[in-house]
Amino acid sequence: MNTTTMPDILHFEFMRNALFAAILSSVACGIIGTYVVVRKIGFISGGIAHTAFGGIGLGYYLGVNPLVGIIPFSLVAALGIGLLTRKAKVAEDTAIGAFWAAGMAIGVILIGLTPGYAPNLFSYLFGNILTVPSADLKLILMLDLMIALMVWLFSKEFLAISFDEEYARISGLKTVALDLLMLCLIALTVVIMVRVVGIVMVIALLTIPAAVARSFSRTLHGMMVLAIAFSVMFSIAGLWLSWVFDVASGATIILVASFVFLVTSLIKASRFRMAH
Amino acid sequence: MSEPVIFCDRLCVDLGGMTVLQGLSISVYNGDFLAVLGPNGGGKTTLLRVILGLEKPTSGTVTVFGAPPGIASHRIGYVPQRLFFDREFPISAWEVVMMGRLSRRKLLQRYGGADREKATEALEITGVAGIRNRRIGALSGGELQRVLIARALASEPELLLLDEPTASVDPEMKSTIYDLLERLRERHTIVLVTHDTGTIARHVSRIACLNCTLEMHEKGSTLGRKTLDSLYRYPVDVVEHLDAGGAKPDEHHDHA
Repeated sequence: MNTTTMPDILHFEFMRNALFAAILSSVACGIIGTYVVVRKIGFISGGIAHTAFGGIGLGYYLGVNPLVGIIPFSLVAALGIGLLTRKAKVAEDTAIGAFWAAGMAIGVILIGLTPGYAPNLFSYLFGNILTVPSADLKLILMLDLMIALMVWLFSKEFLAISFDEEYARISGLKTVALDLLMLCLIALTVVIMVRVVGIVMVIALLTIPAAVARSFSRTLHGMMVLAIAFSVMFSIAGLWLSWVFDVASGATIILVASFVFLVTSLIKASRFRMAH
Repeated sequence: MSEPVIFCDRLCVDLGGMTVLQGLSISVYNGDFLAVLGPNGGGKTTLLRVILGLEKPTSGTVTVFGAPPGIASHRIGYVPQRLFFDREFPISAWEVVMMGRLSRRKLLQRYGGADREKATEALEITGVAGIRNRRIGALSGGELQRVLIARALASEPELLLLDEPTASVDPEMKSTIYDLLERLRERHTIVLVTHDTGTIARHVSRIACLNCTLEMHEKGSTLGRKTLDSLYRYPVDVVEHLDAGGAKPDEHHDHA
């Protein structure tokens, strides 16, 4: 067990970076996770995240930062799943399943074709917040700003398509285009989260903080702020616990989030039973 | 004789291989208060969706304010069936009403003072100004219905389309909503869809029955009770009734 206290460990650069990564990624997953939860599109988000594995393979194969490889793959997955289900009337779970598996397959083949050993592959799958380089932090910050700007610009449209898509359409909004834009923002959030919890567990941080926040929120904006706060709390608590017990950070963050989710759900369920 | 607000001529709609509307012709004029009656699955909602441009007719003509559906959407206020909402959605009554201003604002344009003014006015007309900050899931059926009517009014529409405005609302609230519509008809052309045949006749100027009774009877009697439910999906024609106070459809054209 590690006995160093939290302020002490902040002397290490990798710890400061980890803390920044936790806060920056929480901003994206609080904002976008709110839409994912209220629109119930968690499974699409999971599909986009897993398709992104192809991008990691591409990064290894070309010898570039895998994070850069993920961007085109997750965007293509977002647009592909969105267009197939909305324009070609393919069943949503079919489209998600096809992209999910195809992306993973491309990743496996490209990594196999890459000569030698693929370093840190495990950290892209399951995250390692302790190894986030400063260059990635800048990329994450940029994506964060872009996501926040887009959501600010389109806040009334995003609220409308989330609450009542049909009414939005009748009001003359281009709902399919807005929907695709939102899926692309989910794709960019996936890029951010890969460093923290890895592509396999992205879906948890996209849904749990927002789901917990929903019980306490009256508006979408309030829910976003709360979801960011919960996400920061989960990430820092997970980071600290993983340091203390010397276990994987990404997995610990997810377990902390899942535990809080379970407890709040149980409290909610018992209140509901008492009230009825 | 003015141009009709809604004009349908021999309208046919097939949905998923099933004929939902067949050879439907009807005109709605400025100042009308039309109730479309009929059983569930009789094509009432489909008719509204065609008028709104959400569903394309298989054949026949539809114009709304003299243009194809979907063009004049800013002149229409739509009140959907309230059953389709996620009651857990974190949105306040005020934000729902503000959605009514979407058709008046361009993409990226933020809501302004005029929008808030119209939304406030709409909340006052429907009598729910006091609950504007409540979460949508905390509203009663009647309150939610009036919030949805306020949303439609906030867009300053000439035509109001209401889908089952009194479904799952308690009887007392029902008459409150009809009283509200009674006041609204002075300034708006209203088309409402309902299977609530009781109170409606006293309020509206015209009634259309969607689901051809003639054909229903024939098929119902030969095929028996068992298939009646499936036959209800074979709506067909619009029959125009007359209530005691209303004008005949033919005369109606002239004074409209």
